[in-house]
Amino acid sequence: MSPHGNHADPEHSAPTIPNGSAAAAILAAGVGCASVSICAWLGDAIPSIAHFFNWYHPTGPLSGVSTTAITTWLMVWAFCHRRWKGQAMPMGIIGAFSLICLGVGFLLSFPPIGDALQGR
Amino acid sequence: MTVTFREFITEIHGMGFGALFLSAFSGALMVIYRLCTPGKSSPLSKSEQTLFGAYLISMVVLAWGAVLSGAYFVYPWYRAHPPAGVTDLTEYPQRSLMANPSTAGWHDVGMEWKEHVAWFAPIAMTMVAYVVIKYSSQLGRHRQVRNAVVTFFAAALFAAGIAGFFGAMINKHAPVIGGATMKLMGGAK
Repeated sequence: MSPHGNHADPEHSAPTIPNGSAAAAILAAGVGCASVSICAWLGDAIPSIAHFFNWYHPTGPLSGVSTTAITTWLMVWAFCHRRWKGQAMPMGIIGAFSLICLGVGFLLSFPPIGDALQGR
Repeated sequence: MTVTFREFITEIHGMGFGALFLSAFSGALMVIYRLCTPGKSSPLSKSEQTLFGAYLISMVVLAWGAVLSGAYFVYPWYRAHPPAGVTDLTEYPQRSLMANPSTAGWHDVGMEWKEHVAWFAPIAMTMVAYVVIKYSSQLGRHRQVRNAVVTFFAAALFAAGIAGFFGAMINKHAPVIGGATMKLMGGAK
């Protein structure tokens, strides 16, 4: 019986979906966010990398930075999803790693911190 | 009442995609709270789950629309370099901001941060939508998944907030203008 009524709740009587698919999506999102900032920071620090990322001239290096990060995000997601789908993964470790990636992404994206790490 | 083509596209980017995306957060937050607290809140019906899935997908579309329109339409106009000899920087917002020490920070910090951190919002929101749609009311059973989803949801809001704030302030100090002029309504009599 559902805690909110007299009817059986099919959602709560259904078997639990393994967390593998969620773990893959969460890890990939963390890696994707970190990739944006790492690529941008590398481009900012090394002119030849900025030049390499200049894939669409009107947008400048942001075009290569964002495309590389999105490609990395989707590839990590697809790879992990294939391997983890239907499995129970150690979500504590994966979640913590994803949040660290997210934190690194935010910190590195903030120009005063990025510049300080470059010694400016 | 007229608007230039670049102003119009900037409005689509900022108000059409960005502001609508930000304003959608409060609704999504309430439903995610319901999904994450099955013992305290009434569970979503099948039709509510379907509707909420469509709502989250709309948010994902808005988030991607905001960053892609920003990066590939508005940003090129913003960062355009004036031809040699041009002294009127009205149509070159980045150069206009950097020409004045009192406004240079809007580019050096504001735009430099916004142009990168904004991408976190669609990436995080896509993940949140996928996990919430796939797991739906089972989120209540996966505490660590739930925590990660809520954190990334908050991160998407924070990233979009940074982008929205700096976008509005930069456009206030050095608006993106130019292109064909479109007449929206009749002029003064």
